[in-house]
Amino acid sequence: MRPKKIKGGYTLKAPMRRWSWLFMGPVLIAFAIGFVWPFIQGIYLSFCKFRLISDAELIGFGNYVSAFKDATFRHAFWYTALFTVVSVILINILAFMIAYVLTQNIKGSNIFRTVFFMPNLIGGIVLGYIWSMIFDGILSHFGTSILLNAKYGFWGLIILMCWQQIGYMMIIYIAGLQAVPEDMLEAARIDGATKWQSLTKVTIPNVMPSITICLFLSITNGFKLFDQNLALTGGQPFSIMPNGMPVKETEMLALNIYNTFYGQSSASTGVAQAKAVIFFILVAAIGLIQLYATRKREVQQ
Amino acid sequence: MNTKQNTLTAENRRKTVMSVVLAVICVIYVLPVVTVVINSFKLNTFVKTETFALPTAESSAGFGNFITGMTFGNYPFWKSVLYSAVITILSTVLILICTSMAAWYITRVNSTFCKIVYYLCVFSMVVPFQMVMYTLSKTADKLHLNTPWTIPIVYLGFGAGLAVFMFAGFVKSIPLEIEEAAAIDGCGPLRIFFSVVFPMLRPTMISVGILEIMWIWNDYLLPYLVLDINEYRTIPIHIQYLKGSYGTVDLGATMALILLSIIPVIIFYLTCQKYIIKGVAAGAVKG
Repeated sequence: MRPKKIKGGYTLKAPMRRWSWLFMGPVLIAFAIGFVWPFIQGIYLSFCKFRLISDAELIGFGNYVSAFKDATFRHAFWYTALFTVVSVILINILAFMIAYVLTQNIKGSNIFRTVFFMPNLIGGIVLGYIWSMIFDGILSHFGTSILLNAKYGFWGLIILMCWQQIGYMMIIYIAGLQAVPEDMLEAARIDGATKWQSLTKVTIPNVMPSITICLFLSITNGFKLFDQNLALTGGQPFSIMPNGMPVKETEMLALNIYNTFYGQSSASTGVAQAKAVIFFILVAAIGLIQLYATRKREVQQ
Repeated sequence: MNTKQNTLTAENRRKTVMSVVLAVICVIYVLPVVTVVINSFKLNTFVKTETFALPTAESSAGFGNFITGMTFGNYPFWKSVLYSAVITILSTVLILICTSMAAWYITRVNSTFCKIVYYLCVFSMVVPFQMVMYTLSKTADKLHLNTPWTIPIVYLGFGAGLAVFMFAGFVKSIPLEIEEAAAIDGCGPLRIFFSVVFPMLRPTMISVGILEIMWIWNDYLLPYLVLDINEYRTIPIHIQYLKGSYGTVDLGATMALILLSIIPVIIFYLTCQKYIIKGVAAGAVKG
């Protein structure tokens, strides 16, 4: 039974309005404090020069120019992009493979599912600490550390993220795979399709919605990554750019923004806020594309 | 018949092989946690050199790490456990009650104002925390929301988007007739919400609750920026503080603390596993 469209005739509307302050009040007040006001103020401050919010002074697009000129910010952007691409590919392929095997009536699949999902519940900071101990335990035998080589930092973070995220994506893929109509697979089998053919021609087109969701989730997770980055390497090692600027080699965008806000020079808060706005636009753009992609899917269904 | 049997046994053999392969991957998967357990019983100097060896008579610290860990970083560990629990429980309860009320109102009244609020909520879901972290922490500071008892208001504000979105999606599927029948029987909006609508929201309550608990319990940056750090440290903040003083820190004792902080999470996971996996799937599909 489909619910009726809400019309003016809904008997409760008028009495509900009398209680609006109770139903909407708490959320509206908290939403204003926790989101709306900080967001508006954040946009405004990105055009200001300030140390304290009270002495903010409008300077136009200067902060944005400085942000784009900042070599560490550009480095963090490309580093984040590279990290996201590699982690998205690895996480999704591995998660899909595991989900595919787990939906084949394997013995003990419930236990496997439980184990693979477990790392998801451990927080990013703790995860980073656990893995830095493990990597240093291995690397110390070779006389080095994860903090000394950017390559180790990069692949270390990839391993960490795979460990954490594969279980999550696996759950979504399993839900998608279980929804593939059995008779379609049966029909493919009767028509003489090989396992590979029925996977690529029947299963994958049918789990496209799950693939879209997982792709976007892992992209936004990669872009917004902060805790794990901070705890595992904290951006180390340092290196000196050709122009003499020091740059943290494994610093991602979110950490770069954080360090610009709360780092050594307090004069760069305006630049940091401008970076945060750029970061927001990037992440929001990814979110909008996702919304568009899922809407399109809904129309097709 | 014979060929069919053959393919069946081949199929079975293939499945057994896959089971074994998965079991091996599973073992590799739990190794990091096992390493934490092993090292929480080791003396500091041996954690770095013999990370993957079991504690021996020489390297074992017994339960000493757990005892020294309790007062680590000049901050009692039980306090951060307490604050983490207080913040997580208060915030989740507050979010569940307030956002479900708002979502019901928004969907049923559906005025222009409601639509604006609803779209603002959807919009807030794509805004990364870094965008508002500076201004949010200053605002919270100004309003004295920097204690574990008041930070739930900040969580309600920043986390309202997803919760309102998920609740509103569910409320739309509840037939109006039930509420109208209750109205005819003489119920006011308050009673209708709390004795008719609220119980029906249970499945979404569980999903939203699980998502909020997982987020808030593990959250680091928001409480770090908002709370008065000298007074109140949650578990992630406490552990990051220890890492900050790397080198001087007792790694064995830190692993003991990490173990203590993971154990409740794993118990929670194993007892509510069904709901957690369902909630996560629901949140992913909608969010």
